Amino acid sequence: MLSANLSATFYLISGVLFILALRGLSSPETSRQGNFFGILGMIIAITVTFLSIGNFSSGLVVVIIFLLIGGLIGAFIAYKIPMTAMPELVAGFHSLVGLAAVFVAIAAFLNPEAFNLGKPGNIKLGSLIEMSIGAAVGAITFSGSIIAFLKLQGIMSGSPITFKGQHPLNAIILISIIVLTYLLCSTQSSNLFWILLAISFLIGFLLIIPIGGADMPVVISMLNSYSGWAAAGIGFTLENTALIITGALVGSSGAILSYIMCKGMNRSFFNVILGGFGANEKSTSSQNKEQRPVKSGNADDAAFLMKNASSVIIVPGYGMAVAQAQHALREMVDTLKKNDIKVSYAIHPVAGRMPGHMNVLLAEANVPYDEVFELEEINNDFANADVAFVIGANDVTNPVAKTDPQSPIYGMPVLDVEKCKSVLFVKRSLSPGYAGIDNDLFYKENTLMLFADAKKMTEDITKNL
Amino acid sequence: MEIDPFIFRLSIFILSIFIGYYVVWSVTPSLHTPLMSVTNAISSVIIVGAIIAGLAGNSDAILNTSSIFGFLAISLAAINIFGGFLVTQRMLAMYKKKNKDK
Repeated sequence: MLSANLSATFYLISGVLFILALRGLSSPETSRQGNFFGILGMIIAITVTFLSIGNFSSGLVVVIIFLLIGGLIGAFIAYKIPMTAMPELVAGFHSLVGLAAVFVAIAAFLNPEAFNLGKPGNIKLGSLIEMSIGAAVGAITFSGSIIAFLKLQGIMSGSPITFKGQHPLNAIILISIIVLTYLLCSTQSSNLFWILLAISFLIGFLLIIPIGGADMPVVISMLNSYSGWAAAGIGFTLENTALIITGALVGSSGAILSYIMCKGMNRSFFNVILGGFGANEKSTSSQNKEQRPVKSGNADDAAFLMKNASSVIIVPGYGMAVAQAQHALREMVDTLKKNDIKVSYAIHPVAGRMPGHMNVLLAEANVPYDEVFELEEINNDFANADVAFVIGANDVTNPVAKTDPQSPIYGMPVLDVEKCKSVLFVKRSLSPGYAGIDNDLFYKENTLMLFADAKKMTEDITKNL
Repeated sequence: MEIDPFIFRLSIFILSIFIGYYVVWSVTPSLHTPLMSVTNAISSVIIVGAIIAGLAGNSDAILNTSSIFGFLAISLAAINIFGGFLVTQRMLAMYKKKNKDK
């Protein structure tokens, strides 16, 4: 059995290893080592927990069994999941962290003696507050992530669900969570604890339903942050340094990602949270829809343009993921490179359904990461490039964001695709993107629309090169 | 007068938020997806609480309500730990530089 001081020291070490795990992600070269530090930190934390309890009764077998069941399921999912489904996977994982936090809080509430928190009905005040916060945030993370998961999977419609009095209702629930926490601490009543959990589940659900599918990158990052704060709350209850450090790291990580995503869409965080985006915009855009001439071409034309180019910039978006076109795209680029054409990739911060989604898909298709550039790095290169190949992206290339102050996406940073000598735009139809607005790029002189499935079109172009 | 240990934990918490802030800003945007999956995995260190709860029952009554919640939380957190680290590993293994991949 480890002494309390020794185990606390080990928890601190695993906390430091978790910091190093995140630090490793500053570049792809160090990232694998970082992940190893993370695994090491986790092994230390779990081992120390077993040793510090030192109670190897029959309960241990049950614990190991549950650990292995979870581990096997997790490993199975990790190996089977297609890379295109990463947003759903992460949302699902967030919900599990939230639920685990809730369960630990319940366990601590029912049996505080096991955690040295006092006796049932007479739990230390500080611990009770921390426990309630952990449980409430955990419950919000759980139900919010479930909704995010259902929306990403397409089981639930991605369009925002709004109703009258939504915001006042949410405000009332949030206030009652605070009041309930206060009452719970003064009465120690278990009934209040259950009610607190129930309305926290409810508010998580209500907070996410009005947010549209397009805002999922923000929602996922935000829930990532919540799962961290829930873990930190439980960490305070358990007086566990590893958990407090991790909770703070994850909490600030998610908050930063939410900020980056909001900035990528030029929207304020509150604007996203209050929801409803993409529902009201659609009606205005349909009114001023005029018929404008569009040039459309086939794979042959596209191949001709690219063959005569000296540099090509590829702009991938969520549509590429939907069409599973990343491998076909890489083959096309290989052929281009054989013809001594310089190719690079331009990634907008909110391309895809979660931060960095496009980068993972390109990496999966064996695209070297030093050919892939972020918006700020590559935006000036469009003016010198011969061909921009837009595949599955839409709103992030819309020049309206720079020219029309009336547009809902005005001010959003966009890729200056229209500055290229010619633009090839792969798309199924002229339908607007998720922001519900027409893309001016379609009607430019130098734009050639390629109406087809992204994967099929890319393969056809490769054949014609 | 002695300082409440809570203050020490609060200090660790606040300082960790700052560490997190600077460390996460230095994460390259192309690795934001692995960042999310690895933060998922490490936040499942909540499993330590679940293990304590799970082992709290005495040998006569392993399955009291509190430890059942502990067991369930162990499984949930374990899914995340194994799933999170392995899927991160899988993703990171795909990031290759130009010269290696000809």
